[in-house]
Amino acid sequence: MLYIVISYLWASILLYLLLGGADFGAGILELFTSDKHRSNTRKTMYKAIGPIWEANHMWLIIAIVILFVGFPAIYTTASVYLHIPLVIMLMGIIARGTAFSFRNYDAVVDEMQLIYSRIFVYASVITPLFLGIIAGSTVAGRIDPAAHDFVSAYVFSWLHWFSVAVGLFTVSICGFLAAVYLIGEADNETDRRRFITKTKTTNIAAFACGALVFIAAKYEKIPLAEWIFGNAVGILAISAASVSLILFWWLLVRKKTQVLRVLAAFQVTMILIAITYRHYPNIILQKSAPPLSLMNAANDKTIAALGWALLIGSIFILPALFYLIYSFDRRNRKLAGTGHT
Amino acid sequence: MNDFIAARSQMALSLGFHIIFSCIGMVMPFFMAVSHFYWLRTHNIVYRNVTRAWSKGVAIFFATGAVSGTVLSFELGLLWPEFMRQAGPIFGMPFSLEGTAFFIEAIALGFFLYGWDRFNPWFHWFTGVIVGVSGLVSGILVVSANAWMNDPTGFDYVRGQFLHIDPIKAMFNPAWFQQALHMSIAAFAATGFAVAGIHALMILRRQNILFHTKAFKIAVVFATAAAVLQPLSGDLSAKYVAKRQPAKLAAMEAHYVTSASAPLIIGGIPDDKAKKVNYAIEIPGLLSFMIDGDFHSIVKGLDSIPPEDQPPVAVTHFAFQIMVGLGMLMLTIAIMYFTAVLRRKNWRNSKWLLRLFVIATPIGFIAVEAGWIVTEVGRQPWILQGIMRTAEAVTPMPGILYSFYLFTAVYFSLAIAVVFLLYRQIKMVGKIYDI
Ligand code: HDD
Ligand code: HEM
Ligand code: HEM
Repeated sequence: MLYIVISYLWASILLYLLLGGADFGAGILELFTSDKHRSNTRKTMYKAIGPIWEANHMWLIIAIVILFVGFPAIYTTASVYLHIPLVIMLMGIIARGTAFSFRNYDAVVDEMQLIYSRIFVYASVITPLFLGIIAGSTVAGRIDPAAHDFVSAYVFSWLHWFSVAVGLFTVSICGFLAAVYLIGEADNETDRRRFITKTKTTNIAAFACGALVFIAAKYEKIPLAEWIFGNAVGILAISAASVSLILFWWLLVRKKTQVLRVLAAFQVTMILIAITYRHYPNIILQKSAPPLSLMNAANDKTIAALGWALLIGSIFILPALFYLIYSFDRRNRKLAGTGHT
Repeated sequence: MNDFIAARSQMALSLGFHIIFSCIGMVMPFFMAVSHFYWLRTHNIVYRNVTRAWSKGVAIFFATGAVSGTVLSFELGLLWPEFMRQAGPIFGMPFSLEGTAFFIEAIALGFFLYGWDRFNPWFHWFTGVIVGVSGLVSGILVVSANAWMNDPTGFDYVRGQFLHIDPIKAMFNPAWFQQALHMSIAAFAATGFAVAGIHALMILRRQNILFHTKAFKIAVVFATAAAVLQPLSGDLSAKYVAKRQPAKLAAMEAHYVTSASAPLIIGGIPDDKAKKVNYAIEIPGLLSFMIDGDFHSIVKGLDSIPPEDQPPVAVTHFAFQIMVGLGMLMLTIAIMYFTAVLRRKNWRNSKWLLRLFVIATPIGFIAVEAGWIVTEVGRQPWILQGIMRTAEAVTPMPGILYSFYLFTAVYFSLAIAVVFLLYRQIKMVGKIYDI
């Protein structure tokens, strides 16, 4: 049962990265869109993510609940030593979620829209930035339960070049996912071209940020290269991602956009596998204490109950979720006339 | 204010904020389903307009409720890591099931909000009902987690260790039923009175009378029915508290000294030093009767509790008086309303009745907040009744004070923004839905 719970944890992190990520990315793209096209980008985005907006963010809650029920040591250690970035991320989540719904449901359309949009856009950058910082900090080994002063216990635990680089990488991945996703949602050729261009730039940005992560790791003496390339699974995952990246560009240049989404999702999945495989089952690496492992879970009864809750929950959730996505996708396609080419 | 008090205040603020949104998120879908049902049955366009106008409000509240709930699931660890380390695996069951319920709610809401004219009308209606049912289920589940903090079961506590953990037993702890029942009814009463009050105000202002009358009628039925049931369920809760948490009951009633034929104390100002309540109305023997059905039975007072285990009396007592007082007021309004409806057909014209509802707009929510203060402050100094103290659970990180200021600022701005949006929503009814 423990392995079922762990699979769910991993899957919900992946889905949050893919779906929530595309969702954050839509806001990030809006920031980097010229004023002329901004309202078009917004419209496409709203049409695409409106109905599944709430569902995209449930994956985070599922992951958190799995952590605090099944792996309380991990949840509480992160909560204590990464308190500050978590609070900033929460502020981002609050600002973004409310600004998004305010801008769609405000009965009066006036200059307030501008304020909502501004909040939405900035929060769309800050939230994944800090999500990345938190993720980077868990493996950076700077969390130090023996630290005596405030700064080394609660600030340097997360503030270093490596985590910041991971944060930037996360932001660029989100932008990339959104751009790819929106190509298929655009309802005219100009928009489609714009999103194709955006896909190219964000992909290059993601590549650059990825390189930055390696440089930062080197600088902070984190053996990242060894983690990823020191084992067959990591090498395989990265090779698969690279091959699919070449294929991706080949298709992108030829404007054959059908399978781009699948390839993009595949790449992100491979990256997540490469990063997590070597650590498994350790989740938090600490400075002066042993790593916190998934094997050090709650008692068997709790894990069994949690596993059943997840399995039974999926029976209800997954079909409904697919039907939701399916019916709105079909509908949008009909509206767009041409549909996804 | 020290960090410990700041952490408690931040928790109270976040929950006090969230509870408003969750009550609305639980109850409004039912109101919408009724109005939607009438629309599908009668094809009277006003019902469609009411449903649509409400659903926009619900979307705003849902998003705010969802983000404040997400924040809460992190705050439990950010503020109370020691508690969560021990308690997470024990009382996590309702939270993990709640995750499922929320998820279904979010999916159903997607169908409902974006599904107008896209699906079979009855399927569309049904998705709205699912939103309500799953919201209610999640409310019940979270309250069951809170009930476990009041009455921890499902484990053996041996020399500081939690052994033989049984999460299912913890979920169905002996307190969950009364609390969940009382909370669910409270959500209907609070939301019902708030919605009825707003529409009553618009009727008095003679704006879109047809629209607001239909909306008022739906809300008022739920509100008044809940107001009648609530004191009964509250009585059940109080009897239970007397049995399992005598310290809380003594603080609620400001009952300082253990005595037979204990009086019911109404109002007054508790004086901790003199161990008595000044300026109160006392009804002899009634407290004994309400708890045991016997005017002469003995009721434990605060003197039977060691001083270090006593909750703050004044806050608990005031909060309890406010809740019960408002509950009685709601009951009175409900009875007057039923009488008015039965006695004369043209009740809508009786301005005083509508005015009464306008005045009553916030009282349900005030009672909800007061009720939670009774439950939470009355449990102090325990975070887990009899087992773990709140002070042992708090995070070691200093500077929570600043976090508290930050959250206060954010929640207050959010509250203002939501009120502002709601105001605009109501103002636009005339423009969008005028017929
Ligand atoms: C509309 C709101 C409302 C109204 C009118 C009342 N209550 Fe209440 N009460 C609540 C809303 C509430 C609440 C916010 O929902 C609480 C907090 C925790 C809970 O489960 O319900 C609560 C808690 C609560 C508790 C504490 C339960 C515990 O700690 O486990 C007691 C003893 C009562 N109530 C009793 C009453 C009585 C005797 C009422 C008589 C009129 C009453 N309540 C009206
Ligand atoms: C599962 C549900 C809940 C959990 C796990 C929970 C947990 C906590 C915790 C850990 C604290 C801090 C310790 C304390 O001061 O008591 C607290 C305080 C508080 N909570 Fe709850 N709570 C829950 C439900 C609620 C709800 C729904 C409300 C609604 C408004 C609420 C109102 C409060 C208040 C007012 C305090 C402050 C008490 C004080 O300052 O002494 N609680 N709660
Ligand atoms: C510590 C306590 C609590 C936590 C951790 C918590 C957590 C959450 C979370 C994560 C959400 C968002 C889910 C979504 O996206 O739909 C949420 C929403 C919700 N919560 Fe809470 N909650 C708490 C207390 C309560 C209480 C006491 C109630 C009710 C009595 C409640 C009722 C609801 C409902 C009905 C929703 C659905 C949102 C809506 O319809 O507005 N919650 N909560």
